[in-house]
Parts: sequence; structure tokens; C-alpha cells
Amino acid sequence: MVRLVAITMQTKELITMADFVLYALLAGISIAVVAGPLGCFVVWRRMSYFGDTLAHSSLLGVALAILLNLQMQVAIIGSCLAFAALLLLLEKKQALATDTLLGIIAHSTLAFGLMVLSISDRVQVNLNAFLFGDLLTVTRSDLFWIVSCCLVCGVVLILFWKRFLAITVHRELAMIEGLAADRLYALLVFLIAILIAVAMKIVGVLLITSLLIIPAAAARRVSNTPEQMALGAAIAGCLAVMGGLGLSYFWDTPAGPSIVATAFVLFIVVYLKPTSGKR
Amino acid sequence: MDRDLLIKARGIGVNFEGRQILSHIDLEIFQGQLVTLIGPNGAGKTTLVKVVLGLLTPDEGQMERAQGLKIGYMPQKLFVEPTLPLTVERFLKLASPSALDVGTLLEEVRISHLLKQQVSRLSGGEMQRVLLARALSRKPHLLVLDEPAQGVDVNGQIELYELINIIRADHNCGVLMVSHDLHLVMAGTDEVICLNQHICCHGKPEHVSTDPAYLALFGRREAETLAVYTHHHNHSHDIKGAIIGEACCDHHADKGTHNHG
Repeated sequence: MVRLVAITMQTKELITMADFVLYALLAGISIAVVAGPLGCFVVWRRMSYFGDTLAHSSLLGVALAILLNLQMQVAIIGSCLAFAALLLLLEKKQALATDTLLGIIAHSTLAFGLMVLSISDRVQVNLNAFLFGDLLTVTRSDLFWIVSCCLVCGVVLILFWKRFLAITVHRELAMIEGLAADRLYALLVFLIAILIAVAMKIVGVLLITSLLIIPAAAARRVSNTPEQMALGAAIAGCLAVMGGLGLSYFWDTPAGPSIVATAFVLFIVVYLKPTSGKR
Repeated sequence: MDRDLLIKARGIGVNFEGRQILSHIDLEIFQGQLVTLIGPNGAGKTTLVKVVLGLLTPDEGQMERAQGLKIGYMPQKLFVEPTLPLTVERFLKLASPSALDVGTLLEEVRISHLLKQQVSRLSGGEMQRVLLARALSRKPHLLVLDEPAQGVDVNGQIELYELINIIRADHNCGVLMVSHDLHLVMAGTDEVICLNQHICCHGKPEHVSTDPAYLALFGRREAETLAVYTHHHNHSHDIKGAIIGEACCDHHADKGTHNHG
């Protein structure tokens, strides 16, 4: 009897264990699938610093949400979108060189965010989770949230793919050919903002950009068309998520950094591969 | 507007942060006409092109376009990130419906062999032809070419200008071309506009090349290769382009060239 109970408990534990790994895997893969193609635009448009700034500033949103006791997911997405709008506005004004501007915003919002977090004593805050991600605590409702946001981003990205590509290759040519380049660019930035907001759970604000650019950079080496690169980046991202989770599961390393480290190793492997003649 | 008038600009003026970039520009381009815009660096050529393209709304003046006017634009240069894998074929298809016959288009600009080439690996001259093909892909009524021969060697330039002339004849489209100098573009040009914030002189190339305003802008040595002519400057431009000393005479009262004496 006792033995039977023990066995039941073991199986139950196994199921929950499998559940949280499964949730983490599903969440990570849905983000990687969208982050790959979106990350291609980040690479093509040289926006990695822009992505970093968005991610850092979203920590301020997190801090404010905790302070004001707001619903976390909504607050993170809201603050990411708000900072994206602010960055677009400032970029258009061109008061300062873009990288200086981004540097100021990235680090001051990070500083303010950390300050606000330290004074809010309402909730026990796990700062590490926000900075480096906490994939293994993904709940069923988190998963639902992440998958639906990724689905929306993915569908919009597919619908606007050709137009985004046209404004990326040459803004003015695209405008003369009838595209509203500024609005399309804003849409692209908002997609990146949403993805960063949901990916925060996976890799944290400090590592998010790497999930956008490393798989895309790795895929560049083996692709001849933009679509091949997008697909390659999605696949590379998925492999990184699976590898990283595996590392985390078996060696108990933190999930977010493990995913980024796996992506980096993948990137190195692809780059060390000898090229077959002229590409 | 006249039936074959493509664009008509009247009294265009553009200011940028309090600086006058263009003033009192009149411009007409007819179907089948090749208009060349020349002028030194900073003369406002690219700004005027942007006004014609509709990318920039002028602060003064009116810009009229023929109904349903389709413009093909060839930018000064195109830099495609090496991280963006893009073949010439794909680049051309970005412009228009997928039914585009890329093969014929490339044949027209004599670069059929580059169909599958990566855009980031093209040479200067090849890139210019690809850009020309892209401009043509929309079957435009008006071609706007911003320094089409930039980064191309002299032989390549001659070929490129010949090609532009052939294309103009085949398509019977209007062409507005920006160029640094007159030498190579002379032959096919119907009208030359010499720009330095205002229109200094305009007319047939052989007229313009002997016009004092042209000579004043481009300097004697360059001009002497085209015509022997002595003259004295009666005005010059300061660094912002404002006229120092005696003002330019009325540019717009008469068609054709004007005298500075």
C-alpha cells in the first residue's frame, strides 16, 4: 500500500515535471519561430541597439507595474509599445545621433527601473527573473499569452513581409512605388516591441536582443534569399531553445543564458563550416 | 495641362531649417523630352528631384503632375546590407506585381547574365543598370535619374548615357536626369537646366555651355573644353549659396539664357 502511494506520487511528480518542461518548450519555440524572421529585419536594418533599448526600457514598465499593482503581462506590453512610440518620435526629430539617443534611453530607463524595483516592497521581486528570464516558471496562462502574441506577430509579419522588405532595401524607392514607408516602419517596430515584451519571460531584458540577432546572423551564412534566411533563423532559434532547455534540465544551468549560449555555439559552428565555393 | 506635359512646377521654393535650398524654380517636362539638371554640389539638385518625386512638399510654389503619372526613379546609389541576401531578380520583383518579366527587363539594360547575382556583390556599373531596370519595371511615363553614372568609369558612362537615350526613344517617356557635368550628356539632351539654388540658366545644351552663368558656376577651365569664351563674374555665391554683391538678373522673364553683364 505504502509502496503504491509512493509510486503514484512519483508518477505524479513526473507528470508535473514533464508539464513545466513542456510549457517552457512550447513558449520558447513559439517565441523563437517569430523572433527569427523578425530578427532578420533587426539585422538588415542594423537595429540591434534599438532592440536593446526597447528591452531595457521595458524593465521600467515592469517596475511601475509592480509599484502600481497592475497586471504584469499587460503592463510589460504597454510599456514596450509606449517606449517604441517614444523612440520612433525621437528618431524622427533627430535631435541627437540615434546611437547616442538610444544609449541615453537604454541605460537611464534601466537605472530608473532598478531603483523603482528596489523601493517597491509590496511584492517579493526576483530581479534575476526579469534580467535573465525565468522560462521554467511559465504557467498555463503565461503560455496562452505568449502563444497568442506570437501568433498575432507572426501573421502580421507574413502579411506585410514583402512590404517590410521593400522599405528595408530602399525607403525612398518604396515610397515612390506607393508604400507608406514611415507607417510600415512603425508597424515593424511595434511588432518587435511586442515580441520583446513576451520574450522577457524567456531570456530576460538583458539577453532578449541576442534571441533576435544571433539566429538571424547564423542563418545568413547558409541562405541566398531573404525567406531562406528567415526560415533558417526560425529553425536556429528553435534549436537554441531546445538545446538551452536541455542544458538547463540536465545540468541545472539558468534557462535564459543557456539558450543564448546554445545559439552562440550554433552561430560559431555555422561560421566555421567551410563555404562551398562562391556563394 | 497640355496633353503631353508630364510635370509642371511653378515658383518652387524649399527652405530647410531657415536655409533657402531652392527658390523660384520653374520646370516643365514633356513626354519624350530629356531634361538634364546640372549644378555644383549643394546646388539643390537632389532636393528638386525629391520635389518632383513627391517625397518633399515645397514650401512655396505649385507642383502639378499629369493624371495617373507613373514615375520610375533611379536613386543616386543603393547600398544593400551584405547581411541581406537578395538576388537581382528578387530586387526587381520588389517593385511591382509578381507577373513582372524580369528577363526582358534585364535584356533591355544589357545585364541578363546578372539575374541570379547577389545585389550586394554588384560592381558600380552593374548596380546602376540594375537600378535603371527597377525604375523601368513600372513602365513609367517619367524617368527620374539621380546621377545615373556615379561610380562608373568614363567608357561605362558613355554606354550608360547611350542606353538611357535608347530607352527614352523606345518608351517615349520623359526623362529628368541629374548630372555633375555637361560633357557626356550633351548629345541627347533637349534641355539643360543649370541650378544653383535658383535656375542660373537654361536652354539647349550648346546655349548653356556658353552662358556666363554656367561658366561662373563651373569655372573657366572646365568650360573651355566646351567653348572658348571670356567673361567676368558679376556675382558669386557665399557658402550658404546666397548671392554676394550684385544680384543675379531676372531669371524667369525670358526663356532661354540670360546675360550677367
